[in-house]
Amino acid sequence: MTAGLWENWLLPGVWITSQLTLFSAVFAAAVAFGIGIARTSRLWIVRFLTGFYVEIFRGTSALVLMFWLFFVMPLAFGYQLVSMWAAVLALGLTYGAYGSEIVRGAIASVAPAQREAAIALSFSPAQRMRRVILPQAIPEMIPPFNNLLIELLKATALVSAVSVADITFAAQLSRLATGDSLEIYAIILVLYFVLAFVLTRLMRLLERRAKAGIGQAPVKSGKGPLATRKLSARQESEQSSNIITGGAQ
Amino acid sequence: MTWNWDVAKDFLPELGRGLLITLEATALGSILAFALGLVWAMAFRSPTRFVRWPVAAVVEFIRNTPLLVQLFFFYYVLPTWDIKFSALTTGVIALGLHYSTYTAEVYRAGIDGVPKGQWEAATALSLSRARTWTAVILPQAIRRVVPALGNYVIAMLKDSPMLALIGVVDMLQKARAEGASSFQYIEPYTMVGIAFIVIAYPASLLMRALERRLGH
Repeated sequence: MTAGLWENWLLPGVWITSQLTLFSAVFAAAVAFGIGIARTSRLWIVRFLTGFYVEIFRGTSALVLMFWLFFVMPLAFGYQLVSMWAAVLALGLTYGAYGSEIVRGAIASVAPAQREAAIALSFSPAQRMRRVILPQAIPEMIPPFNNLLIELLKATALVSAVSVADITFAAQLSRLATGDSLEIYAIILVLYFVLAFVLTRLMRLLERRAKAGIGQAPVKSGKGPLATRKLSARQESEQSSNIITGGAQ
Repeated sequence: MTWNWDVAKDFLPELGRGLLITLEATALGSILAFALGLVWAMAFRSPTRFVRWPVAAVVEFIRNTPLLVQLFFFYYVLPTWDIKFSALTTGVIALGLHYSTYTAEVYRAGIDGVPKGQWEAATALSLSRARTWTAVILPQAIRRVVPALGNYVIAMLKDSPMLALIGVVDMLQKARAEGASSFQYIEPYTMVGIAFIVIAYPASLLMRALERRLGH
């Protein structure tokens, strides 16, 4: 592979992939918290509508949604999104729906006595959420969010299908230019792995700080530096049911 | 431009043919993922670290890199080694291999969940290693992870449209072909999206019911 390909395509590709991951993650987090909290609402219509959203976006395929936003939306509604933003929208909406289940689960796992105590102290519902529930729920969310973030990073490769010049797109161009399929794809697989590894380390750091904030020590995983995601049997089944669609419990 | 039922009706048979390929890829990919995942999970418990470590490293690497890139890797690199498969076979291999790293974790969690006394009892009865696995550990481990495995089948179904990008004629590829030939985009893409929801949603309800039946 020549220096020109690196400078003109692969390195900018890494930058685009990083940007995509960041923007989609921020958007997905906003959706996840918005929908996740709304699903605990007392109004059935709010619960129903947010539940409907989650089932639709967890039910369909991210790639199909991306094509839909890219090809159908301009024709049907007259809006043409820049392909980068169509990609961010598709990834954010899909992974936001997955993430909302994590938020909902973590909120549900806060001890009921905490909520009751906040009611007894006559906190308003908003104060209750902000001061009591969320500070305890957020550290619980970080490990599953880490898994989801890696899934999101991997899903950003899909944007090459709608001509966003990310790492995968750069690889396709390089392959056409040089024909060194093995070398190019081996290099970008390693690039993705390094990105995933960095993200995992950052999330670990975040988890330690969040847990220290409420006076808990992080759970020692003790599984070597390569192990990114090890879950118990219960968590593993929760994890798997989270990445697919499923009826509200 | 608005929804046109005539276009939708014309696309329906194509969608059906694409659906068959989508389901075929998912089913074959699942079988491969279930089998390979079990191999990885048993290798994780191998007594020698010369097996454990390389397998763990490979599994970790495959799981943390995008399926799409792996798909391209197999599609473009294997022929240069004179291994020639059809696009569908390549897709099934990539899909199965990628998800085997997820099912391996599911099996591992299930195997870890088998009480230690069961291993000890097997040793006390001087069962061979093979008998311990096949008659004692796996029947108990697999039973409790069936819903989790089923969930990954649904995840595989939703990742199968990636195969369209190497030219497998699945539902998404049918929609792309329709768009390219007749410039009708709205109906084909929308119908494909709905088809995924219509399959994935009931399937996931089934898994949820199964999860409750098996008592989690």
